[in-house]
Amino acid sequence: MAAVHAKKNAPSRELLEKIFRTAYRIRVFETEGIKLYRQGLIRGYFHPYLGQEGIATGVCAALKEGDYIASTHRGHGHCIAWGADVKRMVAELLQKETGYCRGYGGSMHIADIRAGNLGANGIVGAGTPLGVGAALAAQIRGSDAVTVTFTTDGASNNGTFLESLNLAAIWNLNFILVIENNQYAVSTRIEESTRETDLYKRGLSIGVESHQIDGNDPLAVYHLTIEAADKCRAGKGPILIEAKTFRHMGHHVNDPGKYMPEDRLAYYKARDPIDRARNALVEISGAEKSEIDAIESEIAAEFEEAVGFAKNSREVTAEEFRQFAAAY
Amino acid sequence: MREIMYREALREALDEEMQRDPNVFVIGEGIAERGGSYKVTEGLLAKYGPKRIRDTPIAEAGMIGVGVGAAIAGARPIVEILYVDFAMLGMDMIVNQAAKFRLMTGGEGRVPFVLRTQGGAGGGVAAQHSQSLEALFYHIPGLKVVMPSVPADAKGLLKYALRQDDPVMFLEHKHLYMTKGPVPGGEHIVEFGKADIKRAGKDVTIIAWSNMIPRSLEAAESLAAEGIEAEVVDPRTLVPLDEETILTSVAKTHRVVIVQEAVRRGGVASDIASIIQEKAFYELDAPIEIVAGLNVPIPFNLELEKASVPQKSDIIAAVKRSLYVPSYAMAAE
Repeated sequence: MAAVHAKKNAPSRELLEKIFRTAYRIRVFETEGIKLYRQGLIRGYFHPYLGQEGIATGVCAALKEGDYIASTHRGHGHCIAWGADVKRMVAELLQKETGYCRGYGGSMHIADIRAGNLGANGIVGAGTPLGVGAALAAQIRGSDAVTVTFTTDGASNNGTFLESLNLAAIWNLNFILVIENNQYAVSTRIEESTRETDLYKRGLSIGVESHQIDGNDPLAVYHLTIEAADKCRAGKGPILIEAKTFRHMGHHVNDPGKYMPEDRLAYYKARDPIDRARNALVEISGAEKSEIDAIESEIAAEFEEAVGFAKNSREVTAEEFRQFAAAY
Repeated sequence: MREIMYREALREALDEEMQRDPNVFVIGEGIAERGGSYKVTEGLLAKYGPKRIRDTPIAEAGMIGVGVGAAIAGARPIVEILYVDFAMLGMDMIVNQAAKFRLMTGGEGRVPFVLRTQGGAGGGVAAQHSQSLEALFYHIPGLKVVMPSVPADAKGLLKYALRQDDPVMFLEHKHLYMTKGPVPGGEHIVEFGKADIKRAGKDVTIIAWSNMIPRSLEAAESLAAEGIEAEVVDPRTLVPLDEETILTSVAKTHRVVIVQEAVRRGGVASDIASIIQEKAFYELDAPIEIVAGLNVPIPFNLELEKASVPQKSDIIAAVKRSLYVPSYAMAAE
């Protein structure tokens, strides 16, 4: 399927650069964020999106203002692809008042309701019903907004996967469910979690148009999502997209991921989504190496600036918290 | 004032609020054409159409989650769950999503979500259709817990629920739907956190909610025949709880009986007792009495079912114990 989409009208330089910038921004955020974590500057859990950047990048580039996304526990990439302010994201990870959640939420709860980001979620699978709900709210308002829920192979074995996708189907909602199939539910291989490892088939079984795609190809993901969103807006939703991918490391920063076979990892690293976004920019639109270097330096500097911003921000005080808590 | 049934009062609130606010909609099992098991939504499909009155498959976790998501995205959903027992299937969505969203987003996010359901024993529907589970929701910060006992409160509280921005567990009682009472027409709103004195009295304060209000009022009438004047306080909302009205009544009567249909262990009555002893210890002339359900699942057999939840005679006995009526003081031993 990916090959079909890649043959479409040559993508513009603007699009290719946007896709590369987003994918690279996620890569820098995660790589540098892990360093901050190891320095002890970030508490709690940090689930890196490394290796999966192509999916959030391709999907979000295909959406419009007014659309919604709902994310997972591994949510940094979705936020960045949705256009989040990296300064406020780093500030949240550093539990500062200037963070998206003022330090109340942390890595697993970054949300930006006003921008249509329903948030990351600490409960695996929960984003699916929430996303269907946003799609329902849009339908009742008479809006053509599309909602995308990013979910996971692990979450596809949760009951709400069927319950809420089925609701989206019977109500013809503008809803796209993107299963990021990274082939591990924490440490459990997909072959141990389900007999049918082609997860898109689950959508077919309840009458939902469903696709499988190489999640490490951001451009292919982009084209498929454009088509899916158009179909939704034409009243043919919901649509399921299974995007196959692989993590570059364990479940979270402190999980060495020794259960992940080296040859599988090598296979996917050879198909790294950042490399593919960069190659597309160079090969299709003829970007010069110096231009690529300039983009990369700019994004690295942006992250450094975000760290400075976060470090210089204050934290919510216990007194402010007590006032907040009084409303409960 | 005209008298209408509890279920009619609820329907009137839904009708008025759906007319006022196009963001209000209802989803649930058999609520559209059928009008709901208790006929609360009867007629609303014809008036508001299938976009805003929708039947769902039997998928409680999904439909509660979809309601929460719609609320986060700015709509005002009401999810009707047939029995509070079935809300257990959607507890993640209630407890981990709806209740926590506001804090997790640093105060930015709002979840104007109303879950309407009903509980309570007395229908011969046994252990999985008879529970009173308010304590589970009371325990979770972020949820409002509403338990109307009379038609007027049912209407006013539901209208208020649809105008505020936090998740509400609106817990009706299966035995109250057919009860009648005076209900103001039009804009009758009951704010959360305002208790109502259902009967004034000077000798003892009975605190009760939901179906324990009519039962407590019956007990109070019998006690009045013996010269004991009970004041019956209905908090109407357990979260937020109107401590002021409760404490004022305690300062007047100096004796307290708390009645809940739910099981005794870990119940709301125990928490209210704890608040009273902490804030009004020197007002008390007797130990606080709690009349509650047995710590047991509700059995099917009628007599056993009755034995598992508070009856009028249990309330009368507790009042007399608190007044040190001699034979009852002995019975407490």
